[in-house]
Amino acid sequence: MQLDLVPLWAAILAFGVFMYVLLDGFDLGVGILFPFAPDDQSRDLMMASVAPIWDGNETWLVLGGVALLAAFPLAFAIIIPAVYFPILFMLLGLIFRGVAFEFRHMSQRHARWDRSFFFGSMVATFAQGVVLGTYVQGIPIAGRHYAGGSLDWATPFSLATGVGLVVGYALLGACWLVMKTEGTLKDWACRKARILTLGVAAFIAMVSLWTPFLQPQIWQRWFAWPNLLWLSPVPLVTLALFVWLWRALSAKRDVTPFLAALGLFLMCYLGLGISIWPMVVPYTITLWAAASAAKTQAFLMIGTLFLLPIIVMYSGWSYWVFRGKVKAHTGYH
Amino acid sequence: MSLDAVLLSRLQFVWVVALHILLPAFTVGLASYIAVLEGLHFFTGRAVYLRLSQFWLKLFAISFGMGVVSGIVMPFQFGTNWSRFSDATADIIGPLLAYEGLMAFFLEAGFLGVLLFGRSRVPPWAHFFAAIMVTVGTLFSTFWILAANSWMQTPAGFSVIDGRFFPADWFAVIFSPSFPYRLAHTAMAFFITTALVVAGVAAYHLRAGRFLEEGLTMLKQAFGLLTLLVPLQILIGDLHGLNTLEYQPAKIAAMEAHWETQSRMPLLLFALPDESAEINRFEVGIPEAGSIILRHDRDGVVRGLKEWPREDRPPVAIPFFAFRTMVGVGLLTLALVVWSWWVWRRKAFAEARAFLKLCELASPLGFVAVIAGWVTTEVGRQPWVVHGLMRTRDGVTPSLAGADVLVSLAIYAVAYVAIFGAGGYFLVRLLRTGPVEKAAGEHYPSGTAARPLSAAMEE
Repeated sequence: MQLDLVPLWAAILAFGVFMYVLLDGFDLGVGILFPFAPDDQSRDLMMASVAPIWDGNETWLVLGGVALLAAFPLAFAIIIPAVYFPILFMLLGLIFRGVAFEFRHMSQRHARWDRSFFFGSMVATFAQGVVLGTYVQGIPIAGRHYAGGSLDWATPFSLATGVGLVVGYALLGACWLVMKTEGTLKDWACRKARILTLGVAAFIAMVSLWTPFLQPQIWQRWFAWPNLLWLSPVPLVTLALFVWLWRALSAKRDVTPFLAALGLFLMCYLGLGISIWPMVVPYTITLWAAASAAKTQAFLMIGTLFLLPIIVMYSGWSYWVFRGKVKAHTGYH
Repeated sequence: MSLDAVLLSRLQFVWVVALHILLPAFTVGLASYIAVLEGLHFFTGRAVYLRLSQFWLKLFAISFGMGVVSGIVMPFQFGTNWSRFSDATADIIGPLLAYEGLMAFFLEAGFLGVLLFGRSRVPPWAHFFAAIMVTVGTLFSTFWILAANSWMQTPAGFSVIDGRFFPADWFAVIFSPSFPYRLAHTAMAFFITTALVVAGVAAYHLRAGRFLEEGLTMLKQAFGLLTLLVPLQILIGDLHGLNTLEYQPAKIAAMEAHWETQSRMPLLLFALPDESAEINRFEVGIPEAGSIILRHDRDGVVRGLKEWPREDRPPVAIPFFAFRTMVGVGLLTLALVVWSWWVWRRKAFAEARAFLKLCELASPLGFVAVIAGWVTTEVGRQPWVVHGLMRTRDGVTPSLAGADVLVSLAIYAVAYVAIFGAGGYFLVRLLRTGPVEKAAGEHYPSGTAARPLSAAMEE
């Protein structure tokens, strides 16, 4: 009898995806806010604040993708085709914004790569939001395949989650800037963060109320007694985080707004997990049904248990190295 | 004609892989070269090695960064366009790709930052160590990707249940029959590619009378390595071919446009294979040489394409010409190496203008050979995606319409032309600038960011 590694793999995958959403979330958010910054000098600072870490952040996406392929291949083979075009746009968006970090400084045509940075960030984020919405809506299957068409993702709900994620990442980005900058740029980021907080609150409320009507399973999960009681901390903590975030922004705190925004993302992620558990392809295929062979999961687990903690520690350390405010004239170029 | 999702998906895969593979083809060898330069500087203390290492690190940074962003696309291709292949093979291929991802991440997070940004922040031995670890990391990536590819060519160590592949023996999966040959052949090709670029850049500057010390050092290093590797590569290529003859005889038959099973098979130098008529037109060949090369015996029998039903044969013209391109590049490189010995003996590298001009022209040849070799082996595997067991057309995503793939292919085409065009332009500009000394008062960034492209801007 072999140990059931499915829960552990589910935890690792959930952790990897969440790390990606948090980390690339704020640097994509900085890209979304980029053209609205008060001046060129602010833009240089904004870029400098995420320049040392963005590509490390994006590596979590690769890890998430290959972990899904290796540990839950059936989910990979069904979900990715369902979001064929959103994935295409996400990848291209990430490429264009990624190279913009460097080409911007090598090129005489500064503005071209500025646009590439903004549109790339925007498109990649929106596409990720659409993927999220398509996923939550549920994915039609036939046998072991995706059964829908290539444009089924374009629904009001998934477009709404696309916009919602743009607002959400922009909030993370603004709070990041509040933490990493000072003076006029920080004040500007504070003002934007307050507006974005209201936007995020609106989207969270909308999606939370909309989702239970998409699927009876979700309605049952949240509103059947006694679940309603056990799960009530999720919305209550979310509400408390909003209050905390608002007050921290009003007081122009440095670090607190970013932490509160991360907390909001964590609660949304938790809510999503509660809604779809134990499915990995909503609402038909469970984690266990999608899992690869025990031998496959065990083989990959050996290296993962060794390498993943080192990767996490190193990532933490590199953030520590770059802690504190970014200053003008200490850029990297 | 209706749009064929399978064909278009294959074209898309070719496009995104072919452009991506150019970067590892360069950076795997370059990482090793930089480690050698760092080592030489560490042990001899000569400044020229440091200048060269700093110069090549800039190019490494840009290439590696572009490799990272174009590499993110790759795993998603398996899902978007090849979901049935993924479903059928992920229990075996999945962990191999995941190990590549984990190790690449480990390398990037751990040591690339130190290598690119850490020279003034860590002791020299630690910097040298980082260079070695980055090299090891690139070789590990090569290892895992080729393990996955080799398994698709010569599957082993598996069982099949309901049309899906499950691991039975991981050692046999990873070290499948073609893997040792493919790994050696590919790694050699990457090193030779880098050496040719290094020689070409040295020649370019020497011809212009610049960077005399650096240029001579680079030329000697490049041709020292090529003297060793090019003959070795020809030997490994021969062994790889014999391995292919044993496990994928139809691929060999296609590479040689060989229709009839026969002994004393000729070696074709040129032909226009006609697949519908099952013959070659305008054949020019050396009698018996085919049997001698493939069987090491003039009476050796080599199976012809007609032994396989048409639906099990690979395309013929593409592997035939791609293989000849690769071998042709190999022979040209060998000729260049032999010429270099003559120039070297006369100690006349700086004055041998015709030789330098040829080195310059030869600098992209390694890339040509890598792409040609890759096309030979991948097209030669057709019509299978897992050789002999799963057809390529059965691997494609069922929900995909031809028009979808046409749109995505067009978008990838335009986007990659823009990105690789810009990247290539910046790379060539750096190469033409050469190993100039750093300006005084230049600042290093703090910390050890995992941020490859920015090291290129250390000017």
